[in-house]
Amino acid sequence: MTLTAGGHTLGFLMLKRTPLYEFHVSCGAKMVDFAGWEMPILYRGIVEEHQQTRTSGSLFDVSHMGRIHVTGPQAVGLLDRMLTRNVSQQRVGQSRYSLVCNAAGGVLDDVIVSKHPKHWLVVCNASNRDKIVKHMMQILTGFDAEISDQTESTAMVAVQGPAVVELISETLEMDVKSIKRYGFDNGTYMMSRFTLFRSGYTGEDGVEIIVSSGTAQNMVKSLSAEMNRPDSPIKPAGLGARDTLRLEAGMPLYGHELTEGLDPISAGLSWAVDLGKDFIGAEPLRVIAGHGPAKKLVGLELEGPRIARQGSAVNSGPARIGEVTSGTFSPTLQKSIAMAYVDAGHAAEGTALEIDLRGSIVPARIVGLPFYKRAK
Amino acid sequence: MPVPQDRKYLESHEWHQLAGDIVTIGITQIAADELTDITYVKLPAVGAKVAANSSFGEIESVKTTSDLYTGVGGTVTAVNTELTNNPGLVNSDPFGKGWMIKVKAADPNPLAKLLSAEDYLKKAGH
Repeated sequence: MTLTAGGHTLGFLMLKRTPLYEFHVSCGAKMVDFAGWEMPILYRGIVEEHQQTRTSGSLFDVSHMGRIHVTGPQAVGLLDRMLTRNVSQQRVGQSRYSLVCNAAGGVLDDVIVSKHPKHWLVVCNASNRDKIVKHMMQILTGFDAEISDQTESTAMVAVQGPAVVELISETLEMDVKSIKRYGFDNGTYMMSRFTLFRSGYTGEDGVEIIVSSGTAQNMVKSLSAEMNRPDSPIKPAGLGARDTLRLEAGMPLYGHELTEGLDPISAGLSWAVDLGKDFIGAEPLRVIAGHGPAKKLVGLELEGPRIARQGSAVNSGPARIGEVTSGTFSPTLQKSIAMAYVDAGHAAEGTALEIDLRGSIVPARIVGLPFYKRAK
Repeated sequence: MPVPQDRKYLESHEWHQLAGDIVTIGITQIAADELTDITYVKLPAVGAKVAANSSFGEIESVKTTSDLYTGVGGTVTAVNTELTNNPGLVNSDPFGKGWMIKVKAADPNPLAKLLSAEDYLKKAGH
């Protein structure tokens, strides 16, 4: 068999490490190169970590994600020009999911933008950080604003799962329940300020915390007091489980469902695009929204255990009508699931299609997204 | 990572164990760990002919899909049907219960050209 990973012996010398590197190693993590960072792909097993998140709680190191601060009198103007979402009405303590598009309406990145009392925070994908900073520098020339990349002076962890909100409230002495979904608040831990966001990328309730690099290790240890115990309510989980969790939750991943060649309307993200305002890419997106997109992102359930991969062809009889962007065997549903772009004429729920898996034709059916929705 | 000395290997991570003229084939722990949770193993039918250094099946995990290779040619005499319902056996016991196929070798000395455990580990970078 051919292993796609491996061969990173030399590459490791140049990889960046997060403030939680020692913690990962002490928990027995298997580390991989992810967008130039040495990150844990798994600790015990992807499926086990996935189920731990769905049933109790998991802690993910997401320190590799970009954290860019925007300040100055025209910060709002800069962000409104760059983002598909209208930020001028956003209140302090609120976060919003948004897209950053190029002039053609293609997606440069998907980000979370948060309004703090004295600055704005843009959290972007690790793989797009350099590109987004450059993009912001270009837009900046027209505005009285400043940007500053704070990624490497802080750590960021996501704690996700049904048991998390109660446990975190105790550990950090903070009433997390009072923070609304996509809201955030500041707290103090060991004399160090942190910001806690009620958000995540798993389909579960939970939080994401930004804290100074120096405090991060201690906070993680106390959050997970005895994280290696078999019955510990919160255990570490790696990027492997993060991917299968977000896929079950129907959330797009940059490089798969979103690329510079794809637009947010076709991706089903119209709710995050305010076509009534002027932003980079607005004009072509208005045209696409007006005509209706030629292809649409859909969910697929495959017959049998085989997994569709990015690039697998989606066929309707002899005609190729789409392409898979992500696939996995869903640990929660115990079914093979995938997301794919298909021609708009074949995008209705219930449509029977076939997926070409390296020459084998596997029947599939379009289902609604998300595949998994937590009980409230 | 330990690798049994009583069998021989391909650089592509398959092990081959000879008993009489029957060669049992599976993948190594290194390969199983790299694949992570295995979800599906596609194996040939009993009676199928396989050629040396060709693909005899596919293995899928949460992470990726890969071809499986045999270092020996011959006729498939048995396949591990346990893997249909429990592909995770390849993760938990790759050198034992996670075996994949048995081949009646055409060559009287079928393992001669394959790697020793030591040479495999060198090639695999461990």
